[in-house]
Amino acid sequence: MTPALAQPNLPADWRDLLALTKPRVMSLVVFTGLCGLLAAPVLPPLVIGFTAILCIALGAGAAGALNQWYEHDLDAKMRRTATRPLPAGRMDRQAALHFGVGLSVFSVILMGLAANLLAAVLLAVSILFYVLVYTVWLKRRTPQNIVIGGAAGAFPPLIGWVAATGRIELLPVLLFAIIFLWTPPHFWALSLFVRSDYAAAGVPMLPVTDGIASTRRQIALYTLPLAIAAIAPWPLGLAGPVYGFAAVALNAAIVVMALMVLSNRATDAAGMRPEKRLFGFSVLYLFALFAALVADRWIVL
Amino acid sequence: MTQPEEELIRARQRERARLTAWLLGAFVILMFLITIAKMGLAK
Repeated sequence: MTPALAQPNLPADWRDLLALTKPRVMSLVVFTGLCGLLAAPVLPPLVIGFTAILCIALGAGAAGALNQWYEHDLDAKMRRTATRPLPAGRMDRQAALHFGVGLSVFSVILMGLAANLLAAVLLAVSILFYVLVYTVWLKRRTPQNIVIGGAAGAFPPLIGWVAATGRIELLPVLLFAIIFLWTPPHFWALSLFVRSDYAAAGVPMLPVTDGIASTRRQIALYTLPLAIAAIAPWPLGLAGPVYGFAAVALNAAIVVMALMVLSNRATDAAGMRPEKRLFGFSVLYLFALFAALVADRWIVL
Repeated sequence: MTQPEEELIRARQRERARLTAWLLGAFVILMFLITIAKMGLAK
């Protein structure tokens, strides 16, 4: 008997509602959104800035909840996601849907009231893109799911910047491009060593559809435009040497790691140490790169 | 529905109601502060 059948009418626990929002993913979203806001040439009053970041977090949480609502069957098939509230039967699907929709609407309206209309529109577009374009349309249909869907996760620094300034400029567009180009190597590195999970669930991730060697080539290929986009703010005069030196060092490291992945011949998860190392480093890379941007904005050499 | 089941439901409802009350209180304070900040910007 599943837990859902054992507890048919039990209201959802607030901890499960929190788990629906994917708090770990949210931490990266909040950080990049905050960096976008802090890198802007003008800063809003503290409470407005705080509310903008809160709205980005709530919007990301809402998108995560709607993603889990739609993918409850898929999550049940994968070891990594089978213990989430919906596949584990700890929550009613309709409650997850209401929670996700309610939180989406609330975050967008609050962003519009506290910051500005453009930031609210961008937040709404990012939620809809993640839910409709990535989750519903692409994820189960094409191995390019993560390439196009990655745009949804690239919005936060742009939204943070727009919440502060009210305008879209070149630097936040480059920040968008950095996360957009970072997403495929990050997720493909993960999908290489958990590909049996994706295969069992029928998700057409690149290692499942095109094989391991092809995925490794794609990872290496994507890190090159990523490095160009990440270093570009320095020669373009949009960031100073603090960011520039950090960007060069971090991108040299990620390119070397991607080349180590490319030269790896292992086909079992145990032999995929370069992939695991790249996956772990890619998270640190993004945190460090965005932190360097903020440091560059505030530290005068 | 058995007695322990009913008690479990009531306990969870109470917990969620308490959390909702705190969140609503925080929202009211946040809206107040946003209003003050917007008035400052308008000046």
